[in-house]
Amino acid sequence: MAELQFREAIRAAIDEEMAQDENIFVMGEEVAEYNGAYKVTEGLLDKYGPKRMIDTPIAELGFAGIGVGAAMNGLRPIIEFMTFNFAVLAADQIINHASKIRYMTGGQIKIPIVFRGPNASAGQLSATHSVAYDSMYAHFPGMKVIYTSEPEDAKGLLKSAIRDENPVLFMESEQMYGLKGEVTDEEDFTIPIGKAKVKREGSDVTVVAHGKMYHVATQAAKQLEKDGVEMEIIDPRTVKPLDIETIITSIKKTNRCVIVDEAHPFGGLAAEVGYLIQREAFDYLDAPVQRVTLPDTSAPFAKNLFDEWLPSANEVIDAVNTVTYRK
Amino acid sequence: MADKKNEAQEEIQFTPSGTGIRTNGQVVPSTELPSPTRKKHKSLGLSEDDVVDMFEQMYLQRRFEERAMQMYQKGKFGGFLHLYMGQEAISTGTVYALNDDDDIITAYRDHGWGLVRGVSPKAGMAELYGKVTGCSRGKGGSMHFANAEEHFWGGHGIVGGSIPLGGGIAFANKYKQNGRVTASFMGDGAVDQGVLHETLNMSQNWGLPCIFAIENNGYAMGTAVHRHSVGELVDRAKGYGMKSMVLNGMDVFTVYEKMKEVAEDVRENSNPWLVEIRTYRYRGHSMSDPMKYRTKEELQEYEKLDPVERIKNYLLNEDIIDEDKIGEIEDSVEDTVMEAIDFAEESDFPDKSDLYRDVFVEDDYPFHT
Ligand SMILES: Cc1ncc(C[n+]2csc(CCOP(=O)(O)OP(=O)(O)O)c2C)c(N)n1
Ligand SMILES: [Mg+2]
Repeated sequence: MAELQFREAIRAAIDEEMAQDENIFVMGEEVAEYNGAYKVTEGLLDKYGPKRMIDTPIAELGFAGIGVGAAMNGLRPIIEFMTFNFAVLAADQIINHASKIRYMTGGQIKIPIVFRGPNASAGQLSATHSVAYDSMYAHFPGMKVIYTSEPEDAKGLLKSAIRDENPVLFMESEQMYGLKGEVTDEEDFTIPIGKAKVKREGSDVTVVAHGKMYHVATQAAKQLEKDGVEMEIIDPRTVKPLDIETIITSIKKTNRCVIVDEAHPFGGLAAEVGYLIQREAFDYLDAPVQRVTLPDTSAPFAKNLFDEWLPSANEVIDAVNTVTYRK
Repeated sequence: MADKKNEAQEEIQFTPSGTGIRTNGQVVPSTELPSPTRKKHKSLGLSEDDVVDMFEQMYLQRRFEERAMQMYQKGKFGGFLHLYMGQEAISTGTVYALNDDDDIITAYRDHGWGLVRGVSPKAGMAELYGKVTGCSRGKGGSMHFANAEEHFWGGHGIVGGSIPLGGGIAFANKYKQNGRVTASFMGDGAVDQGVLHETLNMSQNWGLPCIFAIENNGYAMGTAVHRHSVGELVDRAKGYGMKSMVLNGMDVFTVYEKMKEVAEDVRENSNPWLVEIRTYRYRGHSMSDPMKYRTKEELQEYEKLDPVERIKNYLLNEDIIDEDKIGEIEDSVEDTVMEAIDFAEESDFPDKSDLYRDVFVEDDYPFHT
């Protein structure tokens, strides 16, 4: 076991895969000479040179599309977005092209590409820099979506993403890059895409939380534990394909569920998981499923409003209290 | 044979390298400055009071940011803080060159623009602090200064996002035949966004009364201009048959003179321009930038050309005002900035209900829960 920062775990995954496959390259803003806007790719230019570590202009649509074309023609690009908030400019290439070309050409073409970078909010950066995009991309067929919460998951899943033969969106968080966690030394460790993990066992309520929200859920769990309430926390890790079985198995035990998601409420992961639970486990529920999400407004700058906007441990506790009828 | 092939592969390099550490400390100025105007204020049609005011405006922008930087470092407010220091001649010269009801829009490096175009120091500082008394009610922060009433349509945080907005504001002005000119400012980095090309094409074809102006400060974040953009930025105009110009952005008189000429042409002929204004960013991209991509020597070269010092020296050399008067102005600007800080600190945060305010125009929208 080694203790790694989130950024180090991501870097290790990229490094290990690049060492094994010459067709893998990294392309994005400030990834090479600046060593990464968030130092994720630090040292990789020195190791792999300017052919494989490529600084791009601020031209998200263009370099995302160049990545897709290169993947069509046999390379395995890792495209870094400074954040997924800027990938909005590249959405045409991701949604209209990367995810659909194989289907439209009757399987003639494969597009093994990873689009990665931080997702969702990162403090007071106002409305355009604070959106969680995992649910939006998961809406579309033809691409896999991963949003991890801990270094080991990040390393194992990013390696799988890079090896995957399809477009994969791999999401991180600016605010988690410094987060440390134990990462296995197991050689060539990978985690299969599409497998959730029960990260805390408990019998009273199932809480589904991924990405940064996983940590909000664990905070709430610590509080509730003092009151004798045991949360079971499931981190889906992969948003698409979604491992609903693990969630349903847990609900059959706890009979209650709260979903925590840093997305707006309309049509997000929380809505989807809620629907699937009523379809697959209706008879097991002792209370309506609750969710804790962002409000139906964009991110404000002001500190007090921003704190109010972001899902909090207290909101999770309130939701748990609601489904356990403790209030 | 196999060996040869490998050798050839080693040589491939896509993005050029070239500034700072990778040239072993050699000074490679990223921007070449055209010479400034030789004209004195009188032949530019500026009164002595105008020149004094220009100095005051520029010094205010500088002091405001120096103090804001200190407050940021003390943890008084959060978010990004992109400082405009070094570029003040551009905002000031442009606002002087345009009419008060001409329209201005820019990117996120917007403090200087706000201060010289209707955002009071108090409203600006309060916005940095995220207070309800801020120019954008604390909703936007540093990147979103705005005063729409005085035709300053804001700072915008998505690189390139404001370029077509400028075109659209100009479109509306032409539609309404009101004779207003729009200046749409962007960084050198924004030139690489596809939307620039889409916008320039339509603007030329439709004769939009808009000045697209690039503040080329040498870098887009940590990437020197010659690494991110091929050729001369201003040459983008050629492909569209658009009128264009490169000018020195370290001298407020030059900016004033040229932008006035350009604005007059735009107003008269309803055609767009692409203007590249060369300048330099004194501080890091934002507050967390170690600046390894450029050399100290390069920074020092440009600090010698400081636009604020330049106009101050002009005032002294031309005997327009003396050292004492300069000191008085500086003190009064300092007071203004300190008052703005007090104001920001004492102001209230927005009310909780403001979270839902201004999402839509109507105030009874049924928000989804
Ligand atoms: C679409 C988009 N991509 C990336 C960013 C991140 N970013 C913010 S500023 C910046 C550099 C812009 O440089 P330039 O246009 O030269 O403006 P300057 O900072 O020099 O004023 C980058 C990459 C962003 N805000 N928006
Ligand atoms: Mg720049």
